[in-house]
Amino acid sequence: MADYYFKTEDLGVGYHGRAILEHVNISLKKGEILTLVGPNGAGKSTILRSITRQLRIIEGRVAVGEKDLSDTTYQELAKKMAVVLTDRVRPELMTGHDIVATGRYPYTGRLGILSREDEEKVDQAMELVQARELGCRLFTSLSDGQKQRILLARAICQEPEILVLDEPTSFLDIKYKLELLEILRQMAKEQNITVIMSLHEIDLAGKVSDLVIPVKEGCVYDCGTPEEILKEEFIRELYGLEKGSFDPVFGSIELPRQEGEPRTAVISAGGRGIPVYRRLQKEGIPFLAGILYRNDVDYHLAGRLASRVIAEEPFQDISDPVYEEAKEAFLRCRRVIYTDIPWGGCNRRLKELLEEVRSREEIACVHVPQR
Amino acid sequence: MRESSFHYENFKRRSRYGAVFLGLILALLIMTMVNINTGTVRISAAEILRILLAGQTGETEYHIIWQIRLPRMLMAAILGGALSLSGFLLQIFFNNPIAGPFILGISSGAKMVVALLMVFCLGSMGSMSSYALVGAAFAGSLISVGFVLLVSKRLQNMSALLVAGIMISYICSAVTDFVITFAEDSDIVNLRGWSLGSFSGMSWGNVRVSAVMISVTFLCTFLMSKPIGAYQMGEAYARSMGVNIRVFRVFLILLSSVFSACVTAFAGPISFVGIAVPQLTKLALRTSRPLIVIPASFLGGAVFCMFSDLIARMAFAPLELNISTVTSVLGAPVVIWMLVHREKEKR
Repeated sequence: MADYYFKTEDLGVGYHGRAILEHVNISLKKGEILTLVGPNGAGKSTILRSITRQLRIIEGRVAVGEKDLSDTTYQELAKKMAVVLTDRVRPELMTGHDIVATGRYPYTGRLGILSREDEEKVDQAMELVQARELGCRLFTSLSDGQKQRILLARAICQEPEILVLDEPTSFLDIKYKLELLEILRQMAKEQNITVIMSLHEIDLAGKVSDLVIPVKEGCVYDCGTPEEILKEEFIRELYGLEKGSFDPVFGSIELPRQEGEPRTAVISAGGRGIPVYRRLQKEGIPFLAGILYRNDVDYHLAGRLASRVIAEEPFQDISDPVYEEAKEAFLRCRRVIYTDIPWGGCNRRLKELLEEVRSREEIACVHVPQR
Repeated sequence: MRESSFHYENFKRRSRYGAVFLGLILALLIMTMVNINTGTVRISAAEILRILLAGQTGETEYHIIWQIRLPRMLMAAILGGALSLSGFLLQIFFNNPIAGPFILGISSGAKMVVALLMVFCLGSMGSMSSYALVGAAFAGSLISVGFVLLVSKRLQNMSALLVAGIMISYICSAVTDFVITFAEDSDIVNLRGWSLGSFSGMSWGNVRVSAVMISVTFLCTFLMSKPIGAYQMGEAYARSMGVNIRVFRVFLILLSSVFSACVTAFAGPISFVGIAVPQLTKLALRTSRPLIVIPASFLGGAVFCMFSDLIARMAFAPLELNISTVTSVLGAPVVIWMLVHREKEKR
């Protein structure tokens, strides 16, 4: 208990006194990053709004540091917790610098005048999110992504012990998305700041978080490490995925495969088949992939996109049954696409298969050279 | 220089604030001079100084300055500032740039209660103390605000809020007219002029009461500039910075109501100052920082009302216009321009 910095016990959150989510149990140590994942409308924001005291807590308790949240005054909490929200901010005539400076609010005097030290902290925070050049511009004239960075800088210069972010990556392009997550990691590891956020990108969630808590309409699961939680079956259930798939190895999501009797086959190895698969997938053509070794990255993706995969165990010579199966399937195709393949001792029968296919008149062969 | 570009920017902004304040103070001085100077009896600047410094003499000029023009001018200045700040606070509260005590029906509510009190309880204006007047106006303001709040809770929409305010304003004006129609003759003369808004007939007693009340309220407002600044970021962010929103909102409404109650109690409802002046001030300053905008709006309101009163007195002298006639003509175009401008900004 003592070494947890942030803890919720059987927290119930919702609106107008009615809980939409119950039994939210979170335990976080200092410097840990927790990500809430789950479909739209599941209540991720509701949880975040409750732990930041924007919404009344309906049941259970939340503790930040030593203290219970309900015993903490707003002023005390402001020095511990900073937020980046999804609320639209439309302040008139305020520059980026002005907005960031509001982060110093809990530390300034009665009239809110910034000291030299405050000014320096504002500068540092803007530097960190690379928003210096936005300082003089009116906040309302910035793009959504720029606004998001300014709001992050604002939260940083509030010098919190815990940072709560609601979908911080929306509106950001990939460069800033990665930088944002990198900044959060740094803050967590170097300054021991606890981070709680919600993310739509489950791939990023797996890469940046120490803990993940899945939220689905009406129920909250237990916290777990990304490895425990971001498994394909579970993600399918969580998001109600019927089409498409989630790949826990690369954290990528794929469109559903094209079903049907394949009339096109792909021979590839070492990742060179990936662009071909994607192309066929986009054109809506069901295809056959083979013969692939099970440790080949092509095999990994083919398993999600190809309507049929013929595979062999790694580092083995291609066995007779696999060869026969492949030959039979390939000869039923009308088109074979093949890439450059590093030929070696093990896969020489694949070359045989390719020669066989090329000798058939009725099969059109297309070579995709490596670019 | 590039490195510290927004510090340079800050320096530029500070110079701008300085220039605006200087301009406002200059305008205030000029207005003071002109207001005392002009009228049916013209008094030259040198003579004004002599009379002000010399103290009690028996001349008519002395009486004109001390009994008529000086209190009237001071009231225009004090109440103008109050009106402008009342509008500013309401704009913050409703997060709506065209909120103001007049348009939301708060002035009319105050007017109604004052009129009721005057006609039914006390019979005549003279027998009512300034404090009772302000108290009645304050109660009336709160009734209107309460009603607007009730409506605005259901309709989270800028135009609906204004429509609600305007409707309240009509209801209150109707009640006031009804009361005035059935009042005794002697009351009517007083009430008619007052219910349309005017700075005429101010006494030193009025000046004292309103100066005390408004300076205290002004001080409170100024001390609230920090949370007001946070609130401009939106309720959620303000709360995350440590503002107790519920207490803060109650304070905003109370302060704004005291301001507009003072104005309505002494000068009747005055239109458009509360909307136009804070907006113009912000544009001139190019900032919405409350620490700067609050005093500047007060000065701006003072200058605006002194100028309007001068026109009301002098334009068709010896006939006197209602102060609202002048402020509407000057202020309404500003509001229309603002609406158009905002539409453009959205695109």
